[in-house]
Amino acid sequence: MQILLNGQPVQTKGRTLHALIVEQDIVPETIVAEVNLQLIKQEHWQQYVLHQGDTVELLSFVGGG
Amino acid sequence: MVEENGAAADDALLLGGVRFTNRLLTGTGKFASRDLITPMLAASGSEMITVALRRVDLKAGEQDILRYIPSSVRVLPNTSGARTAAEAVRIAKIAREAGCGDFIKIEVITDIKYLLPDNTETLRATELLAKEGFIVLPYIMPDITISKQLHDAGAAAVMPLGSPIGSNQGLEMKAMIKRIIASSKLPVVVDAGIGKPSQAAEAMELGADAVLVNTAIATSNDPVMAGKAFALAVQAGRLARLAQLAEEKEYAEASSPLTGFLRA
Repeated sequence: MQILLNGQPVQTKGRTLHALIVEQDIVPETIVAEVNLQLIKQEHWQQYVLHQGDTVELLSFVGGG
Repeated sequence: MVEENGAAADDALLLGGVRFTNRLLTGTGKFASRDLITPMLAASGSEMITVALRRVDLKAGEQDILRYIPSSVRVLPNTSGARTAAEAVRIAKIAREAGCGDFIKIEVITDIKYLLPDNTETLRATELLAKEGFIVLPYIMPDITISKQLHDAGAAAVMPLGSPIGSNQGLEMKAMIKRIIASSKLPVVVDAGIGKPSQAAEAMELGADAVLVNTAIATSNDPVMAGKAFALAVQAGRLARLAQLAEEKEYAEASSPLTGFLRA
């Protein structure tokens, strides 16, 4: 399935948001996820099923003033 | 002592009902090594530090800055990157969802050369976020009217810039900042452009309730020592303000008696 991940088209085998994050080799504890501009709480990632064409944003906190 | 906005009886600063005994706010940007952030916080005693929200770099892996911030220090997420009120609101909600608490620094910028904030969009974002229970600290172009409007919109403070972000030019906006301090019912936090401890002290002497310093600390050769230097300057400036220093005079006024010995 193809999705838009952080602005880039990505082919994923991950069926759920959690599977996608694991597939991308990201430590889940430190990030925030949005799907189609909806903030998805971490406790729902395992159940959140992705669909073809979804826009996923994975965000984290960085240095800033 | 002079009456101050947002000051408790023991001179703690109150922002959105939260007490701060240290009036130096710091930022996590531009450090050569993130390992310097924790010791800088310890050396300066800063109780609130800014962070920014970005897309995870899928190639670089995890870059979370929060683990360098001790739990005793408040995290102040900013909305940098936002060009509209709607974008700032979106970032604020994400930051709160991520467990950063209710504080948010509104930063809406479209002017890329000088990084000057858009006061109109900032006011809109403040109205929306204050209604949703955020403790809103808006970064603004120094202006009395917008400061009053931000007060009415539910902001917890106003944060006028001293000079452009990262410019180290100090209090270029001094005259306007003085007027805001004189008229604002909200705490005034001078944010951006403060390049030296003397400039931080000057802002506090003028009556600012706090200052926010990032670049000058982070890009110094020794950010831990610089953090301490800024904290001492802020404390000195605050005490000078509370002591109500005498005014400037045009002519000399002798500190020692000139008569009574060699002259009658």
